[in-house]
Amino acid sequence: MTAQVITVTSGKGGVGKTTAVANLATALAMDGKRVVCIDGDIGLRNLDVVMGLENRIVYDIVDVIEGRCKLKQAMIRDKHYPEMHLIPAAQTRDKNAVSPSDMIRICKDLRADADFIVIDSPAGIERGFRNAIAAADSVLVVTNPEVSAVRDADRVVGILEAEEKGSPALIINRLNPTLVKNNDMLSAEDVLDLLGIRLIGIVPEDEAVIIGSNRGTPIVTDGKSKAGQAFRNIAKRLQGEDIPFMDLAPQSGLWNAIQRLTGRK
Amino acid sequence: MDFFRRKRSAVSAKERLQLVLVHDRTDLTPGQLESLKDDLLKAISRYIEIDPDAVRIELEKDGRAQRLVADIPLKNSSRHRAG
Repeated sequence: MTAQVITVTSGKGGVGKTTAVANLATALAMDGKRVVCIDGDIGLRNLDVVMGLENRIVYDIVDVIEGRCKLKQAMIRDKHYPEMHLIPAAQTRDKNAVSPSDMIRICKDLRADADFIVIDSPAGIERGFRNAIAAADSVLVVTNPEVSAVRDADRVVGILEAEEKGSPALIINRLNPTLVKNNDMLSAEDVLDLLGIRLIGIVPEDEAVIIGSNRGTPIVTDGKSKAGQAFRNIAKRLQGEDIPFMDLAPQSGLWNAIQRLTGRK
Repeated sequence: MDFFRRKRSAVSAKERLQLVLVHDRTDLTPGQLESLKDDLLKAISRYIEIDPDAVRIELEKDGRAQRLVADIPLKNSSRHRAG
């Protein structure tokens, strides 16, 4: 068995890449998989705080590349899932401290002892992005149903095709079902039609995501969160399971009120 | 609430994106497309008579591929009509 390397990227910043990586990795770990997350955003590291591991960092990926520590020493074990590890980005260096061949070498060394390696790409289409996709077996593109995010996602898909990285799979993040119903937000079908790639998940907008990152606990561990459910479903699809897409039709005001009264919401 | 809104915003978003993506993907600006059309019509007009007002030349999206689609109605030849 050798690990599958998955890179999560988006073009535009702020669409939820890091959140997606933390949640997918945690969901895979919940399914008993051995997971290594790599923060590819050198100089702007964030995956550590979103995963709640910021206090455990001793070494980072640049320390590994420059020979100041062994790969194992830079792998931070997760608090809840001992089979999940994070290799943090360096905070005081820039993206030029890492090269695509460094990423390929690190992933090669990790492959034998992991089931999934999930790489968090920085925003943009420059060096950091090139590093992040260098070792990828498959790429997930995260976008929001919004003009600038879709346009940037299309650029990234074009570059991935030109680099012969294969067609990536799409995660539509922060979809607001009520806005879609009122025709004031692009629907998942609209976004798919525009981008012309395969869909792997639709994640509804959910306040629990912010609460989860405040606490450093990804929301996939919250059984009640719809966004958590959506990420768990994507993790199953990454493992080759055929999981139907969730029904994201907005619930009526009355139904919401009943849910609130009965404490389900 | 704005009851006088001309079009729901998602429709505008999709239409605008369709145009932008076609130009992004082909690296062709709307201005360059216009000169391409003019050159194409000039070239065709050297051989056959066309009706410039009825011509439709557009970039269309087909999945992730683009195609240049031209619909160019020809004028009937005067020789034919005379004959």
